Amino acid sequence: MTLLRRLLAQPYALALILLILGLVVTALFQPAFFTPRTFANNLRTYLPLILLAVGQTVVVLGGGIDLSLGAILTLSSVVMVQAFGMEADPGPLRTFGGVALGLLVGTLAGAVNGFCVAYLRLQPIIATFATSFIWGGLALWVLPQPGGNVPTVLQDFVRAYFLMPFSLWAVLAILLAWAWFLGTRWARALYAVGGNPQAAFTSGLSVERTRLGAYAAAGLLTGLGAFFLTADIATGDPLIGGPLTLASVVAVVIGGTRLSGGAGGIVGSILGAVAYYLLKNVVALSVFNFNLSPQWQTLIDGTVIVLALAAPGLLRLVRRQP
Amino acid sequence: MTRPPNPLPTLLRTPPMIAVGLAVLLLLLGELVRPGFADYGQVTNILRIAAFLGIVAIGQTLVILSGGEGIDLSVGAVVTLGAIIIYRFTGGSDALLLPALLIALGVGFLIGLVNGVGIAWVKIPPLVMTLGMMGVVKGLILVYTGGRPQGATPPVMKSIISDPWVLGIPGDVFIWVILGVGVTLLLQRTAYGKALYAIGSNRTTARLSGVRVERMLILTYALSGMFSALGGFVLLGYLQNVFINLGDPYTLPTIAAVVVGGTALAGGMGGYAGTMAGALVLTLVSSLLITLGLPEFGRQITYGLILLVLLAVYGRERRLRG
Repeated sequence: MTLLRRLLAQPYALALILLILGLVVTALFQPAFFTPRTFANNLRTYLPLILLAVGQTVVVLGGGIDLSLGAILTLSSVVMVQAFGMEADPGPLRTFGGVALGLLVGTLAGAVNGFCVAYLRLQPIIATFATSFIWGGLALWVLPQPGGNVPTVLQDFVRAYFLMPFSLWAVLAILLAWAWFLGTRWARALYAVGGNPQAAFTSGLSVERTRLGAYAAAGLLTGLGAFFLTADIATGDPLIGGPLTLASVVAVVIGGTRLSGGAGGIVGSILGAVAYYLLKNVVALSVFNFNLSPQWQTLIDGTVIVLALAAPGLLRLVRRQP
Repeated sequence: MTRPPNPLPTLLRTPPMIAVGLAVLLLLLGELVRPGFADYGQVTNILRIAAFLGIVAIGQTLVILSGGEGIDLSVGAVVTLGAIIIYRFTGGSDALLLPALLIALGVGFLIGLVNGVGIAWVKIPPLVMTLGMMGVVKGLILVYTGGRPQGATPPVMKSIISDPWVLGIPGDVFIWVILGVGVTLLLQRTAYGKALYAIGSNRTTARLSGVRVERMLILTYALSGMFSALGGFVLLGYLQNVFINLGDPYTLPTIAAVVVGGTALAGGMGGYAGTMAGALVLTLVSSLLITLGLPEFGRQITYGLILLVLLAVYGRERRLRG
């Protein structure tokens, strides 16, 4: 009971509840979801959003927001695809060089965002909206039409299964890296800068450098997301990342990270990203089972998301009235 | 004498005037690069496109002025819904136009009301609430139309909106100017306007001086929804046709127009005249880019860069001080 109480006191309690709810409903109506193969496939499609949500969390913790993460994912992905070339096995140089180049591009794009926000002191929402055009435009320049190819070795890599699906290893690695990060002084700087930039500045922290670092880290994580997505769908598409930006913000909010910065963490965002997909799946299931026309799906999806976003506030309202 | 001897330079240094100067500069630049860019007909056309952006941006201006990270990301979807309601409800009948317009405005108002309630009472961050609402409205549109809007545009709309009133200038430009004067009066001469600036600059002081902050916020978001629906009406009169994503391209440019017009994203400072100038600048930028014959990617990158430069010139935040 104390464990349960402790879990419910966490900022990510809502994400956890939604996740469990999603799992239960899915288990009841779509047991096939949990066969190892389907489960692994689904997790693999969730992975890019999970990484974007983690990156978004880092930025939000530092008091910013990045509305260009979807565009960065696209840019990084098309750069990888162009670097791979059309052969099924382009050799290690192009294969790993391509991945490295994509990650570098993602990190640089994130760093440019960070520079605009931290050093030029532009408002994060509008500045990253502006840069999203730049990254999206560059992506169109690199790969004007959907196409391209991904080396088979990479496709096999993200489909690997060793005791558990590859995606779970990836999430585990992120969590371990986060646990390590929380012990460093960078983590303290990040939370301090997000919580109260003035106080952080006064106590001698470099607010600019911390913010720049947060954006660059988000860029790198987005690049990783681009790698997983590209290896999964095995092709390039200059418009693929768009919808993921807003989904990453939703995952962060459901996960209990405060949008004003300084409080929260990535565990909630990971749970939030998975819950986001599970809820979408549940909605699709119910639309199908109740014989509704498919148009209803968007409406119910949207309503469920708004309710999920409203849940913490609604709970607070209810609690205040005894 | 305490009055400055020449008040003109101060006036010229206000953001709206800078934006107007920029617009003239862009027009001259366009004429230099492509003779004919500043032709009467061309300028009229640019004014018309700026008018849609400007009308949709009325609500955005109010919401951003209200502070508390106020922003409305649902405007584009409400524009579409407003246009579709009129298109479908009238089915091309002039007699039904007035009731259809009132219904569209009412629905827009209601959607904004829900946004306002979520933000003011449930305390959902505006960015997230209106983002979620965007999804809901898109769902509503799909359910209402079944994915393919049926109906027609009443012929009288063409004569109100597209036909020239005086000097070859079509109605939508006049509607914009009339609305501009109205909104400016609303902001500067009414109790509503005073209260809006008050809650935008400091919620606590506003509350202590007797402003009903929550009610003001709800009303402001509701007005934003209503003006978006009105934007849908004007857009329908121009295009004579609707599609599912009609309003989407307007959402983020409205924010850009507000910021370019010198209204602080932090709230409480600025006005609608600036937004009008901002809408003009943004429209000129995109027309210029199209006239230059840049490919899509080049246009996107340039648009992003220009937005960044404009922000860097006068959208910057204050430096932190020890």
